[in-house]
Amino acid sequence: MSTQVESGLPDLDPTGVAAIPYRIREAIRSGNLGSWPVVVVLAIIVIYFGFTADNFFTAVNFNNTILQMTGTTMLAYGVVFVLLIGEIDLSIGFVSGVAGIIVAQLLVPESGHQIPDIGPIPAGVLAIGVALLACAAIGLFQGSIVALIGVPAFVVTLAGLSIWQGVIQKALPEQVMGIQDNTINNVAGYFFSDSWGWAIAIAGVGVYAAIVIANFVTSRRHGVSVRDPALVIAKLIGVAVLAFGAVAICNHDRGVPFALLLVIIMLVLLTFLAKRTTFGRHVYAVGGNAEAARRAGINVARVRMLVFMISSMMAGLGGVVLASRLQGVNVAQGSGTLLIDAISAAVIGGTSLFGGRGEVRNALFGSMVIATIANGLNTQNRTAGVILIATGVILLLAVIIDTVLKRRQTRAGR
Amino acid sequence: MTATTTSTTAPLLEIRDLSKSFGSVQALTAVDFEVRAGEVMALVGDNGAGKSTLIKCVAGIHGWDEGEVLIDGQPVTISSPKDAARLGIEVVYQDLALCDNLDVVQNMYLGREAANALQVLKEPVMEAKTAETMKSLRVTTIRSIRQPVATLSGGQRQSVADARAVMWNSRLVILDEPTAALGVAQTAQVLELVARLAEQGLAVVLISHNLHDIFAVAHRITVLRLGYSIGVYEREKTTQQEVIGAITAGVATKVSGIAEEAEVIA
Repeated sequence: MSTQVESGLPDLDPTGVAAIPYRIREAIRSGNLGSWPVVVVLAIIVIYFGFTADNFFTAVNFNNTILQMTGTTMLAYGVVFVLLIGEIDLSIGFVSGVAGIIVAQLLVPESGHQIPDIGPIPAGVLAIGVALLACAAIGLFQGSIVALIGVPAFVVTLAGLSIWQGVIQKALPEQVMGIQDNTINNVAGYFFSDSWGWAIAIAGVGVYAAIVIANFVTSRRHGVSVRDPALVIAKLIGVAVLAFGAVAICNHDRGVPFALLLVIIMLVLLTFLAKRTTFGRHVYAVGGNAEAARRAGINVARVRMLVFMISSMMAGLGGVVLASRLQGVNVAQGSGTLLIDAISAAVIGGTSLFGGRGEVRNALFGSMVIATIANGLNTQNRTAGVILIATGVILLLAVIIDTVLKRRQTRAGR
Repeated sequence: MTATTTSTTAPLLEIRDLSKSFGSVQALTAVDFEVRAGEVMALVGDNGAGKSTLIKCVAGIHGWDEGEVLIDGQPVTISSPKDAARLGIEVVYQDLALCDNLDVVQNMYLGREAANALQVLKEPVMEAKTAETMKSLRVTTIRSIRQPVATLSGGQRQSVADARAVMWNSRLVILDEPTAALGVAQTAQVLELVARLAEQGLAVVLISHNLHDIFAVAHRITVLRLGYSIGVYEREKTTQQEVIGAITAGVATKVSGIAEEAEVIA
């Protein structure tokens, strides 16, 4: 522990570059490692496969990995919110399947439920809207049972897992349904032209820089010191390098996939929701200390219900992506490793199973780890069994780290 | 410090003949209680004396059966914690009700976040106000108000909870066992803060089992026993022995090796 400094101002953090070693020590001491472990693991995995697998470091494989992980990432984004309030949602795999089947039913002529375009809105967009609303209703239903009746989420969503799988099988007596709708198939199948790719990167970095500057200005106006300005600038440069680097690689292949844009847009939207709104703050509060949140006047039941709605809606969006990748749906929609991968992604990324600790970007990093392992082992011609074992081992390591950090955090400073 | 109260001002909080029963259990029987602005009033009593019940009535956790609660001499009804907050009453419970995963600023504004119409948080506003409050209470041991509460010591955590209670234009702060879990240095730190709250003109109710702490900061002491108010003692004019006598109904427990006091006033 550093010595206590007597001063009029409570904020005595060192700032600037000098603060970085201090910050790291403090983070380890208090158990707040954030995303660093998973980023390091990801880098190791990428380097390993870069040396050992043929055709791993190619633009085609880069785009393929993105397309492979997009569906799971959408589900994992939702899982982060559920884990933040210290709950679990086991139904998301099949809820995503339900969304895919709703979309298929609304767009395939033979289903008998085909909807037309309404004015300028294509039928595909309408179908996605209906599917997401249906998933929101599913989330509200399951969340109400958890929040209002008090049934453990584990059991409620386990029942949901069974129910929605049953619904999928009943809704698809013909086993498979191909989708020919352009809107749907473009979700995972559209690639921007090279110049559009660069334009997106410029716009994205520009907006990010504008937000950073705006934050700086408002902080100044309220006389609040900006912590680590050097770190902020380093982050800005990092984001720019990543954005332009990714576009350069994508443009070597078919271009920037729409799926990548979707991953980034949802990351930004959900991070904003979690970190910059009262609702997000209440999510963290409920996960940290539900009783304290209740006594502070936060409507805990409402927060819980909304979180389960977010979880189901993100599952629905993931389901649309997965249906788009298959250009259709089948009775196995939402089964397999989807549920495990989504929860693993959030946890591997550093979201705590104990509630209250984690960020939306954790889901993306975790998803990248899982997709990279699967993709790398695939390019090495390993079997599915090896991939499952590798993913399981990494999940186990992540949970062990989480538990140790939790113990450290409750000990720190007391 | 001495009590700055004058007999002409009405007490900020006055409780008259308050009774409360839970089924067949009579928790409070015709209890009287008062606290003035700028005063630390200690509330003491053995387990089951009715301290918590009395506080929960004032905090709006549960209602009362008979009697009156007056704020500034006006009878009020307090049917929810929101009512209590509106009347300027804040309670810091023993468990502090802090979220360990959130930082000091976030805890200070828990459930009352500063936000615009779109529910987007005004982080700089909250940070500036928190820094100001901490400064005015001279809470200087917390290194950064942006560090998670989990990393704070017990005394610092208590300071955060106390600061949160006074930040909301509160007039009456009720502290439930603020020093029970603390070491010597941290206890001193918190007691200093308690005294400062009263100096700033707040009415402070201090619930404690520790007579040492009470005699260090309280101006007056109200004793409850088995749901009855036994009496109000002025710190300057009483002794720990007298207060212990009142708490234990005059039955001093004989401890071998310690000379018995001549008499204990009931």
